[in-house]
Amino acid sequence: MALKILNSGLSTSIQDLGRPGYFHIGIPIGGAMDRLALQSANMLVGNDAGAAGLEAVFMGPEIEFTQDASIAVTGADIPIKLDGELREAWKSFNVKAGQKLSFDFLKTGARIYIAISGGIDTPIALGSRSTYTIGALGGFEGRNLAAGDEVPIGNGRLVPEGRTVPEALRRMPESSAELRVLPGLYWHRITEQSGKNFFDDEWKVAPEADRMGYRFRGGRPLDFVDRNQPFGAGSDPSNIVDGCYSYGSIQVPGGTEPIILHRDAVSGGGYFTLGAIISADMDFVGQLQPHTSVRFRRVDMKEALSARKERKDILTKITEALA
Amino acid sequence: MANIQSPLPGTFYQKPSPEEAPYKSNGDSVNIGDTIGLVEVMKTFIEVKSDIRGTFSEYLAVDAAPIQAGDFLAELMA
Repeated sequence: MALKILNSGLSTSIQDLGRPGYFHIGIPIGGAMDRLALQSANMLVGNDAGAAGLEAVFMGPEIEFTQDASIAVTGADIPIKLDGELREAWKSFNVKAGQKLSFDFLKTGARIYIAISGGIDTPIALGSRSTYTIGALGGFEGRNLAAGDEVPIGNGRLVPEGRTVPEALRRMPESSAELRVLPGLYWHRITEQSGKNFFDDEWKVAPEADRMGYRFRGGRPLDFVDRNQPFGAGSDPSNIVDGCYSYGSIQVPGGTEPIILHRDAVSGGGYFTLGAIISADMDFVGQLQPHTSVRFRRVDMKEALSARKERKDILTKITEALA
Repeated sequence: MANIQSPLPGTFYQKPSPEEAPYKSNGDSVNIGDTIGLVEVMKTFIEVKSDIRGTFSEYLAVDAAPIQAGDFLAELMA
């Protein structure tokens, strides 16, 4: 069983939940930018929540199936077509050998997830099938899919059509977003006024945003607290002596454009990070389109942890609904 | 009248580079597959190709404007 890629869209890659555990040697966690969407799609078709599926950004691919299968599409809002007929998102449906899946223009959100019963069965690299293109690791030959590729699928069983994630449990992309931030180790490097401005200003997603990082523009530049730059730090006040970056951390090179480090980010470097997007909001970040308005909201650890619990509860409820 | 739509969101450019003329201007003939503009997204410039044939009327999207997938970029006379 294989998927024939007829058209790969803009950037379509194989992703599962990533390969945590290698960030200290510079290999990012990788994996789906919107984990809950991938997990939902997998459970809809009877796969393990962490099975490998397809992540497509901004444009859907065109795919031909070589064998009957159950599939589901989740994430961004985009019209889904099977042999030209509309199908619903967040709902399982069956495809027959020879049928073609295609997509119309994206409406909201940025990334769709396609799960196929049996899951994608490419070789595992460092514990994951996720594609890390910069390192040419995992996925299909370490790269994004291209027209003509035949992607292997594991043995799966058909599931009943119409299995669905209850609407209240779907997290849909929105036209504007509020992202919650926990200030971090280097927060003291910016002035009190700059810290306030960062949270007051409206920011917009820059078109450069990708799997490595989401860049923002439109807010006021940051002012730094004066200091003699320590040995090993560069001369720019946004520089530090090299440190570790975390998933979700926000660096602001030159104090002008914040960048949220996402699944394929570098693991360390010499920019200060003012804090981190809380883990519960990282899936939302992966669904932001360029030019979307965003505000950052300051939270404390207690609120971050309670948001993490809420997110976990949603996953538990989806799991129960699809059991 | 027929419209060319953007296949993806990003920033639209009418010209191949800031110093050059727009890809098409009023009265130009447009064939299927002709490039009519660029969309910048994820550090990549993607050529927008016409999926229709006709005579170029005008750009409907401003140069360097933010656009969404499905937005009308240009109008052709069939």
